[in-house]
Amino acid sequence: MGIESFFANKTGFVATRLDHLVNNVVNWGRENSLWPYPFGTACCGIEFMGVVSNTHDVARFGAELVRFSPRQADLLVVAGTITYKMAPILKRIYDQMLDPKWVIAFGVCAASGGFYNNYSVVQGIDRVIPVDVYLPGCPPRPEAFFDAIIALQKKIESEKLDDHDRERRPQLRPETDTSWKPDRLIQAGPTNEGRD
Amino acid sequence: MATSDAIIDQVKGQFGEAVLESSTPLGFPTVCVAKDRARDILTYLRDEPGLEFDVLTDATAADGLKYPEPWDTRFQVVYHLRSSRDGKRLRVKVGVPERDCTLASVHDLWKSANWAEREIFDMFGVRFEGHPNLKRILCHHKFKGHALRKDYFIHDGQWLDEPETLLDEIGDWGENPADEGFSELVPVNLGPAHPAMHGTLRVFAKMEGETIVKAVPEIGYLHRGFEKHSETGNWTMVIPYTDRLNYCSAMLNNIGYVRTVEKMFGIEPTERCQYIRVIVGELSRIIDHCVCLGAMLVDLGALTNFWYLFNIRERIYHLLEGLCGARLTSSYARIGGMAHDLQDGFETELREILRDMPRNVSDVLGLIAKNRIFLDRTVGIGVISREDALSWGWTGPCLRATGIPYDLRKVEPYDVYADLDWDVATRDGGDVHDRAMVRFDEMIQSMRIIEQALDRMPEGPVMVEDKRVVLPEKDKVYSSIEGLMNHFVLIYDGIKVPAGEAYVPTEAANGELGFYIISDGSGRPYRIHCRAPSFYLYCAYPSLAEGNMVADAVPLLGSLNIIAGELDR
Repeated sequence: MGIESFFANKTGFVATRLDHLVNNVVNWGRENSLWPYPFGTACCGIEFMGVVSNTHDVARFGAELVRFSPRQADLLVVAGTITYKMAPILKRIYDQMLDPKWVIAFGVCAASGGFYNNYSVVQGIDRVIPVDVYLPGCPPRPEAFFDAIIALQKKIESEKLDDHDRERRPQLRPETDTSWKPDRLIQAGPTNEGRD
Repeated sequence: MATSDAIIDQVKGQFGEAVLESSTPLGFPTVCVAKDRARDILTYLRDEPGLEFDVLTDATAADGLKYPEPWDTRFQVVYHLRSSRDGKRLRVKVGVPERDCTLASVHDLWKSANWAEREIFDMFGVRFEGHPNLKRILCHHKFKGHALRKDYFIHDGQWLDEPETLLDEIGDWGENPADEGFSELVPVNLGPAHPAMHGTLRVFAKMEGETIVKAVPEIGYLHRGFEKHSETGNWTMVIPYTDRLNYCSAMLNNIGYVRTVEKMFGIEPTERCQYIRVIVGELSRIIDHCVCLGAMLVDLGALTNFWYLFNIRERIYHLLEGLCGARLTSSYARIGGMAHDLQDGFETELREILRDMPRNVSDVLGLIAKNRIFLDRTVGIGVISREDALSWGWTGPCLRATGIPYDLRKVEPYDVYADLDWDVATRDGGDVHDRAMVRFDEMIQSMRIIEQALDRMPEGPVMVEDKRVVLPEKDKVYSSIEGLMNHFVLIYDGIKVPAGEAYVPTEAANGELGFYIISDGSGRPYRIHCRAPSFYLYCAYPSLAEGNMVADAVPLLGSLNIIAGELDR
């Protein structure tokens, strides 16, 4: 699709230097205009409101244009605990976002389940969708979110255009496979065997 | 007002053998009744003149499987009743055996019983006969087992592949769509990932044009297993979990929980501690109302107010961060007092905030109080009557917006609220507008309370001196064997709460926040149940939304201030 496939499929057609230049220009545009979709479910969602409010002002990093439609956003900010009940919805939202797209796991609950290690909470959203930046904190301070944004911008800087080509994207590890097969995923967690 | 003994005697006289047991643990009258007569007795308690328990504050259950002294039946369903006439309370316990795990539903006596019974069914597997819609409510629809049973292993997660359709609750669609090729009624799914639904609430609506004909809510998207988790650690380790119930006002949850445990010990916190609790509690109430009003006004398109209100909030967060090191999740209260005293400069900074805050509040009010759009969108929308509000179990600002001055800080005063001069904010309309305005009034009252508390606050310790709950001073630990042993036992075994049960309500930002605790005398909580105000506010939401336009359903939701953390727990 779009600019990625144009360059990706015509290797050798464009001179390397031009390729490099276009790469840099596109990445520069992408990293400075991240449009977040706040998937705020819990306490971290309240703190994300602090991030966009006037005191901290995420506009300084070009990421103030909060979109509530996944099709208009390219940065999924998962702020809050994701339960097993919520997991299929998170997966669907992620699938609805268009490439290129990035994910920040905002807070320990999203990153690892946090201190909710129980029957209801997914132990890290990377069991459901791929994650670019893990942000610890319960909840993280707004400044910590800026740190995550800068880390993500650095990551985008080093990307190649065809990294976001759907076919060429590296496959996830088996335990984080997103091809939604619940039976297999259950085995990753503790099982019910031997207990009533 | 009938004394607790008189209430118990009256019930015994009426039902005789059906009342199996009666007691008054920690001043809370309790009757245990036979399972087959439970519904009759509850009906009598509600309707009999002189008793008139017209509010079902809470219904929950407990599993006796691992209690040291075996219970007569495995499960106990516990109803907490309150009379709105004179404020008396009563606890009714019904034993339910495992083999015949059923009980007659009381959803038609109190509307609040509807969701409470669904929760008991979901968590314990008690089937309520006659319940119109006995489905799971917090766990997902494919969940197997009952999570709060003692034999359910806490780490057994169960994946879900697709969300529930809710088609069974929505009813039929009128005429057959095949006849005309289309139906007049349109299904619209709102949430849970929808900005107006605050991230975790889902409403499946049947629409005729823009009007909601039927709304079916689904909750549980933020069910984090608070109650199950509480049973795994010791009593102090529960405090951080309470932060995350209503995360907009974490201090109030901390205070509500430690007050319940202190009640079981019979501990009265020191005077300075009580004043500190009042001050930080009222600050939390202000923050909570700021978030609620800010978010609700954003839903109405009034973005500027959001910035104004968040200015107050950020300044209070800065103050609280200096106090306890965290902005949202404070974990500041301890059983027997507070973690530590106020920091240097607390009073100066707080007085500056109090000086500037009226201006911020009046700025916001200046933008909306006479604003035509705001009034058109809120006045007369989502009106609830007093009787309905009580039957749904409403408390807090939403109940006070119907004109009922029910505020636990006045009705059952705790800490030093009785010594301070303040008024209960009420309005009469019971609509979205009045619910918002009650919150503004309460912010102003909270400022009054804080100012007086600051003036009167005495010096002194913030923790009680009680070896059972408080760690000894460090120099005693290092210099005396008693101090060392005391420290060792408290760290190793945890605080040993006396066996028994207690229910203590606190006036939190959204209403009555109650903790119902059962202790078996060991160092770990046996059962902790949180009576969350949002849970009972939200169960009335569909009935209020139906008949309104979908655009009005959004500020209606905002005016209830549903915090998913305490809704789903």
